[in-house]
Amino acid sequence: MFEKALSGSGRYWAWIGFLLAVIAVGFLAYMKQLNEGLGITGLSRDVSWGFYIAQFTFLVGVAASAVMLVIPYYLHNFKKYGKIVILGEFLAVSAVTMCMLFILVDMGQPMRVLNVVLHPTPNSVMFWDAVVLNGYLMLNIIIGWITLGADKKQVAPPKWVKPLIYLSIPWAVSIHTVTAFLYAGLPGRHLWLTAIMAARFLASAFAGGPAILILLALIVRKYSKFDPGTDAIQALAKTVTYAMAANVFFFLLEVFTALYSGIPGHAHPIVYLFAGLDGHTMLVPWMRAAAILAFIGLGLLIYPKTRENEGTLKFALVAVIIAAWIDKGMGLVVGGFVPNPFEGVTEYSPTAPELAITFGVYAVGLLVLTLLYKVAIAVREENPAVDH
Amino acid sequence: MSMNRRQFLTLAGVSTVLGIGSGTVITGIGKGNLEASQASPDPKAKKAKRWGFVVDVSKLKTGEDYQKCIDACHNIHNVPSHKEKRHEVKWIWTDNYEHAFPNAAEDKFMNKELQEKNFLLFCNHCANPACVRVCPTQATFKRKSDGIVMQDMHRCIGCRFCMAACPFGARSFNYIDPRPAVKVENKEFPTRMIGVVEKCTACYERLAIGKMPACAEASNGAIVFGDLEDPNSEVRKLMAEKYTIRRKPELGTQPSIYYVIGGGEHV
Repeated sequence: MFEKALSGSGRYWAWIGFLLAVIAVGFLAYMKQLNEGLGITGLSRDVSWGFYIAQFTFLVGVAASAVMLVIPYYLHNFKKYGKIVILGEFLAVSAVTMCMLFILVDMGQPMRVLNVVLHPTPNSVMFWDAVVLNGYLMLNIIIGWITLGADKKQVAPPKWVKPLIYLSIPWAVSIHTVTAFLYAGLPGRHLWLTAIMAARFLASAFAGGPAILILLALIVRKYSKFDPGTDAIQALAKTVTYAMAANVFFFLLEVFTALYSGIPGHAHPIVYLFAGLDGHTMLVPWMRAAAILAFIGLGLLIYPKTRENEGTLKFALVAVIIAAWIDKGMGLVVGGFVPNPFEGVTEYSPTAPELAITFGVYAVGLLVLTLLYKVAIAVREENPAVDH
Repeated sequence: MSMNRRQFLTLAGVSTVLGIGSGTVITGIGKGNLEASQASPDPKAKKAKRWGFVVDVSKLKTGEDYQKCIDACHNIHNVPSHKEKRHEVKWIWTDNYEHAFPNAAEDKFMNKELQEKNFLLFCNHCANPACVRVCPTQATFKRKSDGIVMQDMHRCIGCRFCMAACPFGARSFNYIDPRPAVKVENKEFPTRMIGVVEKCTACYERLAIGKMPACAEASNGAIVFGDLEDPNSEVRKLMAEKYTIRRKPELGTQPSIYYVIGGGEHV
């Protein structure tokens, strides 16, 4: 089946070549980091996690969002998702691959990564994160490849895949819950010490992930003969709407508790993010933009006419994705480290090599996604009808 | 059962992937006892059930008094002095009352002397350490024999989860090569490489040969080191006599550094 990814138009190969070039630049930057240390990034003693861990957190959400297609299709027999559930599964594979790479590039001693396996430590949330992420990657590769292979031969997929599909549902929830627990279980980091963290993560994931998926489906429809279906896209847009509403609501709960209680430790990170603290305002424009985009996106999604119009829908989805990305990919991680344990403010911004490595990892993810989607699209173009 | 070449290769691939690591996971959990120890301990070695510190800041008068403690530690432990603040590595340092005890701050009517007083800060060797709880490789661990929170810089993968977990900012990461930034190398103690976390380890290497921690030795009596579990130890006697405070006790980590504030008759 993989041979489908090895033939394509000139445009296809140009895109692959572009991704390989970005990967090469990222790889060179990573070689520099490996030699000289994480000192080439903007990280510091006070802000000891930054862009890499933030992208990891955001992408875990993208990976988990595949479940928003799997549940309706496999549990509620919602046939309209039959053709695109594979796009969700392959997006999950690509996202988890990036998650793992972001963890790897963030490590000070990556060649020792197998110590996590050699000295398994069940009391560490990171140990469980490694377990659930690897498991989720395997599940989605197996499920996606086997069901697509069956579609290609126009036969029903083997029976043993069903239990794996059902298992993948709670597993998707687990990857983002465990990732939230990385943060929510730490004493003395006020922004993170909140019981609603995992719920917020899931809400933001189920908004941002399917939003990306809809955009991908629209791209697929434009550039191939495979049509994911307007009904499927509109149904998924409703999922984004509900999830985004929950996400905004959960975030406002955090703001209320922190600000109305008036406890300085709880209020400071949120004040830092949205208004600046002690004259430090680096993230303020970003966070305010995220808030505005979240409300604009949500408004356009809630109003049926703008949701049903694909032009405005696209705009709303982009707004939602950017808002979710700034929230998780910038504010959440840095905000947890500001103020530091001494109530001081150290700001953080990524450096050029750090960005090059980040783009490199994203390019690897896009490459994986492109190859897998190429195969899926080729199979769908040959055989548009699907029924499991 | 017959299989074709393709099926055989798939099966072989999958079983290889599943086989790697699973064996060590099972045996690794079973062991659970990986603590390092000396083959024949020095009879002079200092022992305790739970080591702790009493820091009497009223005895630290000048900047020099503080610096002596810091230098004593940083020199023997090859702690690098980097130019850029964000690469900073420190095992023991000073900060004012408001920063050392941020939960008790925000008081404009406070005693001026105390407000401006500097405190010596270092790893609290918590009885319930958050850093140990989160470490995915047990590179940081609480020594069962005496409660010292240790750091194995050869096992550390540099994930910095411990730095996020420590509420006391006691941990430093080697963002750049520390060796060129060590002024005079002490050959008795290892230098570090990039990409690992380090911190105060209560001079375990000195305790093993019967010496007191370097900071305590250099402090002229301001830092007293002893067994918190022994009611007759010097630390416990001081704590019985004087009012002591700990940093962020509300977080439940049970820090093992007790501060005597002193500074005036009524305190």
